[in-house]
Amino acid sequence: MWIDLVFWAGFAGLLWVNRSRPVFWPLLALGLLLLFNRFTTPGFFDLEIRDGRLYGSLVDVINQGSKVMLLALGMTLVIATGGVDLSVGAIMAIAGAVLAQVVGVAHLSVTVAIVAALAAGLLAGAWNGLLVAGLRIQPIVATLILMVAGRGIAQLITDGQIINFEQPALVFLGNGSLFGLPFTLTLVLAMFIFTALLVRGTALGLFIEAVGDNETASHFTGLSAQRVKFLVYVFAGFCAGLAGLVAASNIKSADANHAGLYLELDAILAVVVGGTALTGGRFQLAGSLVGALLIQTLSTTLYARNVSADIAPVPKAIVILAVCLLQSPVLRGKIARLGRFLPKTKGGAA
Amino acid sequence: MNLFRSLLAAGLCVAGVLSASAADKLTVGFSQIGAESAWRTANTDSIKNEAEKRGIKLQFADAQQKQENQIKALRSFIAQGVDVIAFSPVVETGWEPVLREIKRAGIPVVLSDRAVKVSDPSLFVTFIGSDFVEEGRKAGRWLVEKTGGKAVIAELTGTPGAAPAIDRKKGFEEIISTHPEMKIIKSQSGDFTRAKGKEVMESFLKSPEGKQITVLYAHNDDMALGAIQAIEEAGLKPGKDIVIVSIDGVKGAFEAMAAGKLNCTVECNPLIGPQLFDLIKKVAAGQSVAKRIAVEEGVYDESQAAAELPKRQY
Repeated sequence: MWIDLVFWAGFAGLLWVNRSRPVFWPLLALGLLLLFNRFTTPGFFDLEIRDGRLYGSLVDVINQGSKVMLLALGMTLVIATGGVDLSVGAIMAIAGAVLAQVVGVAHLSVTVAIVAALAAGLLAGAWNGLLVAGLRIQPIVATLILMVAGRGIAQLITDGQIINFEQPALVFLGNGSLFGLPFTLTLVLAMFIFTALLVRGTALGLFIEAVGDNETASHFTGLSAQRVKFLVYVFAGFCAGLAGLVAASNIKSADANHAGLYLELDAILAVVVGGTALTGGRFQLAGSLVGALLIQTLSTTLYARNVSADIAPVPKAIVILAVCLLQSPVLRGKIARLGRFLPKTKGGAA
Repeated sequence: MNLFRSLLAAGLCVAGVLSASAADKLTVGFSQIGAESAWRTANTDSIKNEAEKRGIKLQFADAQQKQENQIKALRSFIAQGVDVIAFSPVVETGWEPVLREIKRAGIPVVLSDRAVKVSDPSLFVTFIGSDFVEEGRKAGRWLVEKTGGKAVIAELTGTPGAAPAIDRKKGFEEIISTHPEMKIIKSQSGDFTRAKGKEVMESFLKSPEGKQITVLYAHNDDMALGAIQAIEEAGLKPGKDIVIVSIDGVKGAFEAMAAGKLNCTVECNPLIGPQLFDLIKKVAAGQSVAKRIAVEEGVYDESQAAAELPKRQY
């Protein structure tokens, strides 16, 4: 009971602290969704210790949501420059394929495999960066190339087979737990802190926002817009590589056909729900993480409530629409104006 | 080495041409959907190998999941004047014009693996493929025998709207419905993938009814393999605490059965080469054949897994 109290008090406190920040709205939506589950979805908040680790739906949300959270970190920076990266799902498949090929088929060490997989992610990101920054191809087209070709490359690497691996260190990555919590949580937090330090601790964040706001102006102030762009695509590739590792480790195999399929859309959605505009400029790193958590909480809620997969996209879309509407300054202004001009009746109009 | 190889290849080519002109060989045009899965690759290999074994001249075309490619390939088969045309249609509809052209050319058509929707059934001679409903029934029947007609079932369904998902559910429920003490308490799509199968099973196990689940029925092996991991992570023993039956019969399933983690897999056989060419021979000879022919498929459980494993090709 008191754990319940602490949780909700903590959440309310979090909302209060962020009341004037953009992250408030996705956070509020997440809070409402959790509250809804608290009272209407039996067992959603049940937590117990099994085999020395926390076990429950909330833990699943974090563990399964970690892939999109990692993708969203890279995607936030790409979107902040006014671009988009459609290839992250395919890069996940490539990274997973490289990982499985190195340990499963070539029988090299786990360290080599992880380094190779992350390098593949970096390389894929550099390819995107080269097309966008070097050759000035529109980001949506440039990354579409790898989105389509990437899965083929991954299939080529694995020869179209699902490759299994059992190395404990690799399995730990996506399934292990640290201090009773999923290791993926530590991974996501570490990446978040690293990214936050990178963009807020240095001038890089400012550069990214400047490029996204007005590329020409930032060029005239002496900023190498192309270098900044190249960098964010490489970073997004790295994040996708990491997410690919987690995805492969989670099912102890590389499934080139399905790993990360459509996750680029979830990542973009997470960023947008988190309060970063697709037009570029200011970005909300923490908002993107909350957005990713919101999306995963939605999925897990629909599973837990036994909502059939045929109709599951509908409630999902409604919640996402609601969050987007909450964030729309135009709509908020309209509602406020409506309240002001309508004659005061009992119970209030809007 | 390279020179040797090319010489060898050239020699084979010459030999091929000579033997082709020597004997009046049967020529078959086959248009495949693509190479989207290990199942499909095994299907292709089986067809190619069987043609080679029987000395049938096979014109093979890969449609890369596109109907227009397939129509192009079919027209080129007409132009080449093959004896029989066989193909696995990418989609169900839109085949009437090209099938009519083939009919006018007097070439018999055999459909493999997937059916077409046409208003005139004489546009093709026969259809050979897996019966997904029957696969569902087989899984159901095996389960009735294994559990004695008592089970609390969780079901991992395939991609919503996909024919195998609809039919495998239908066949399974047909059998289960006659046993009042067998009921499906959870049913959710795992999209035919390992990752989704695991994710959905995790949530099944955490639901309040989760502790009652005694059986898992998965529409394909991959989802079952993902679910097995979720069951293990929940501290339960897959194959013992929860009986698992799935469909496809891929190698991974046999490995899991040999390890005692999966109880049964219903085969969905891609190796239709021998059966297909038996059929094609009959069709070419003008013998009458049934309009619908089911592929020979078995049901394998743990006891057969170890013996069967080395024989699995896919």
